[in-house]
Parts: sequence; C-alpha cells; structure tokens
Amino acid sequence: MDFLRPASWEEALAAKAEHPTAVPIAGGTDVMVEINFDHRRPEYLLDLNRVAELREWEVGEENVRLGASVPYTLIMENLRAELPGLALASHTVASPQIRNRGGVGGNLGTASPAGDAHPALLAAGAEVEVASVRGTRFIPIDDFYTGVKRNALAADELIRAVHIKKAAGPQQFSKVGTRNAMVIAVCAFGLALHPDTRTVRTGIGSAAPTPVRAREAEEFLAAALEEGGFWESGRTVPPSVARQFAELAAGACNPIDDVRGSAKYRRHAVTVMARRTLGWTWDEYRGFGRATEGNERCA
Amino acid sequence: MRVNFTVNGRPHEADDVWEGESLLYVLRERLGLPGSKNACEQGECGSCTVRLDGVPVCSCLVAAGQVEGREVVTVEGLADYAKQRAESGGCASGACGNGGTSVGDAQRWQAEPAGTDSQTGEQGELAPIQQAFIDAGAVQCGFCTPGLLVAADELLERNAEPTDADIREALSGNLCRCTGYEKILDAVRLAAARGEAATAGQGA
Repeated sequence: MDFLRPASWEEALAAKAEHPTAVPIAGGTDVMVEINFDHRRPEYLLDLNRVAELREWEVGEENVRLGASVPYTLIMENLRAELPGLALASHTVASPQIRNRGGVGGNLGTASPAGDAHPALLAAGAEVEVASVRGTRFIPIDDFYTGVKRNALAADELIRAVHIKKAAGPQQFSKVGTRNAMVIAVCAFGLALHPDTRTVRTGIGSAAPTPVRAREAEEFLAAALEEGGFWESGRTVPPSVARQFAELAAGACNPIDDVRGSAKYRRHAVTVMARRTLGWTWDEYRGFGRATEGNERCA
Repeated sequence: MRVNFTVNGRPHEADDVWEGESLLYVLRERLGLPGSKNACEQGECGSCTVRLDGVPVCSCLVAAGQVEGREVVTVEGLADYAKQRAESGGCASGACGNGGTSVGDAQRWQAEPAGTDSQTGEQGELAPIQQAFIDAGAVQCGFCTPGLLVAADELLERNAEPTDADIREALSGNLCRCTGYEKILDAVRLAAARGEAATAGQGA
C-alpha cells in the first residue's frame, strides 16, 4: 500500500489521474473501518486532509458551496439557517467523534443508501462538483446515485464540493433507528418545502438500492397545495392529503429485509415519517413551527 | 513510512508504519501509549477517543499518515493538558466555556519536563475529570474509561455548566457495558460543580 499525501487540490487531481484505483480518504470514518476489518486493501490511499479548501464553505445568493470535507459538526453549528435539513441530518450522524471527522463528500463517495446526508440533499436540491485533470463538472444530485454504493464518478474524478440550494422554506429530516446516537438508519426521510417555486421535494434513505426521491408524492402534494390555495391561505393540510402523500412516499420505496429491519417495516416507517415531516414543515410554514422558537415565545 | 507528530506535547517519530495503520495502533504498539483502548475498530465505541488538534476523534479511524505534523492528546497526557489549560485560562476546572481549544492553543501547549511525565500518565496528579470519575465510582472494568475521560474533559472545556442532555450528547459516542452510565453522568456533574466552586472561590 502507498500513502499519497497531496498538499493541494491540483496535486490531488494529478495523483488520482496517475493512480485511478487510489481510494480517497478524508474523515476516514468509512475507509478505515474497511481497512481495519481487512475488507479492503487498496493499493493507494489518497489523503485529502492536507487540502485545506475542502474544509471551507461559502454562502452565496442562491446556494451554499460546501467543501467535500467540511465535518458534520461544522454544518450543524454554522449552516442551520441556510441548510436546515442537512443540519438536522448531520446531527443524527453517529457520534460527536464521528461528526468531527466525517463530511458530506465521504457520504457521497461511499454512496451507501443509508448515508444520512442523502435524503437532505435530495430534498433541498443540490449539485455535486466533481473534478479531474480533464476538468470540472456538476452532477445533479438526482443523477448522482447509480446503484448500491455506486455513484456517477469516473475513476479519475474526486468530489470537490456540493452546491446546495439555500432553504426558501421549512425543511425536516427524520430517521428511524434503535438508538438516538451511533445508529445506521433503518430508514430515513427528508422533506423540503420550496414556497418560492411552490414545489416540495423529498429524499428517502435506506429503503431502496439508492437514496431516492418520492416524485409521485411530491407532485401530488404540490398539486394539492396549489389547487387548494394552501400556500396563500396557510390553512392546515387536510389529513386525507397527508395520508395520500405518505402512501405515495412509501410507494417510492423498494426496500429489502435485512438485519436492521424488514421491507414491510421500512415501508410503514416511511409512511409515518412522511406524514410527520409534512406536519412539522407545514406548521412551520404557517408560523407555528417547532423550528421557529421565536414565534412560540411570542404566541 | 515514517510519521512525525506531537503526542501530549512532545514530538514523536514513528518508523516502519504500515500505510493502512490507524493512529490508535501507532499510539499503542509503536509509541507505548496503551491508554487509548482498542475495542471495536469501527468508531462505534469511543474507547480510543483522543484529541486531534484539539478535536475529539476516534483514533482507530484516523490513518497514521494523516497525523503527520499534527497534535494529539491521549488520556496519558490529560492531567497535564487540563493543568496547563487551567493555568493559562485561569479556570481551575479547566472548564473555560470558550468554545474549545483552538488549533493554535493546542500547538502552543507543551508537556511538563520529564519527571511529571505525561508519557505514562503515571504522575501523581490527576485531571479534575479523572478525580471526579474516581470519587463518583464511575469506573468499573475501566476499559471505556480513557475514552470517556477525554470526551468528558472536552465537554467541560467548552461548556462549564452542561445540562444532562449536553452530557448525554457529548458522551453518546462512548459505550460502557458495566455501569449503566448513571455514575458516569454523576462524575461529569461532579467535575462541573467542582469547577464552578473553584471559579467562584477565585472571585471570578
């Protein structure tokens, strides 16, 4: 095994071009487990810790450009207003020790269907900035996941940053597990309301071979909200609408039975999470949300 | 490969390090610092928790090559670390509530000269959190204790008056199979209370 230690992004791309089999390592929270357990013996490890720019983020007009190695702890602490869904999801990642090391770039690189960041990224809307010595491209998050632990990266490409749409409305994230910490999702659900475009987006984790959106559920809910004039009136969403949204969300799943849960349970849990996150986000949109503490105090 | 880094304020050089080796293995097997415990090797249990440039991490998930030129504090150096922090920050508990140790502070930190040695952790004086663990009976088999001490010490450094929820969150990455955690929570509360009392005593 060789340990490659590029000092800059350009050096990292050159190293990856020269050694396409090199495994990038940043937080190490996935890669080191595989090495410790002898599940993987890469020929080259490509350490990205010295590439300082990967730990930086920038808040722009419409998007947040989040460096691939920004640890979850910093997302929780600094980007809660701009990326509420991702901040909530980050808070559910493992433990403080893991959140201090792991970042969204690693989640995307591993592309596990159980990765906690994925539902939040799918719901918010995002593009992954990947680069190689050949150039840079932006992959829409909807096209990024191509199979179980597979993504759209070419062998010589590295993930540099994720461009995530800043929240224009309430976002929520919900995750089912056996504990509040140190848990791989049995399944997870992200929901973002986009009042600016009068759309809603979703993301489902651990309930299909890849993280997926529940597009039919999104379209149904957006149409129901539009037709009923709910965006203007801010009225409560009728239970029948919430129920159908939840059922359509479960319909988008293609889960398996495994050690963490059965397919049947996962479908049911997605139904419950979809209904709950809709309730939470809609309450917040109406100004009664649990995330708008100021309102609660004034009310 | 050779790795140069600082452990408990003292520069170290580890030779013949395998490229896939973890920081934990280097600490235990090459530097003779077995305080950080090797249990799950997958970041689940927190027994190997150390500070890397001031930040608590699982040393089993840090590749040895990634620590080149960086600062590590292990449980062996905890008493020294807490003492220096107290002396520089003027808060006896080490609980300064200033949002943690900056990389700059971590790098300026120096070990005591040999004698009161942070290499073995066997010098007489304990960190306040260590004393609190003893006094509260928070140690049973002791295997999880080093990781819990490092994590709890870091909590009190950035949050001098943690709520129970803060303590549970900060220690949620450290598993203990003996105590049921109650005595561990007691120990952290005790260390926090002693820290406050000491601060009040200074008229701060």
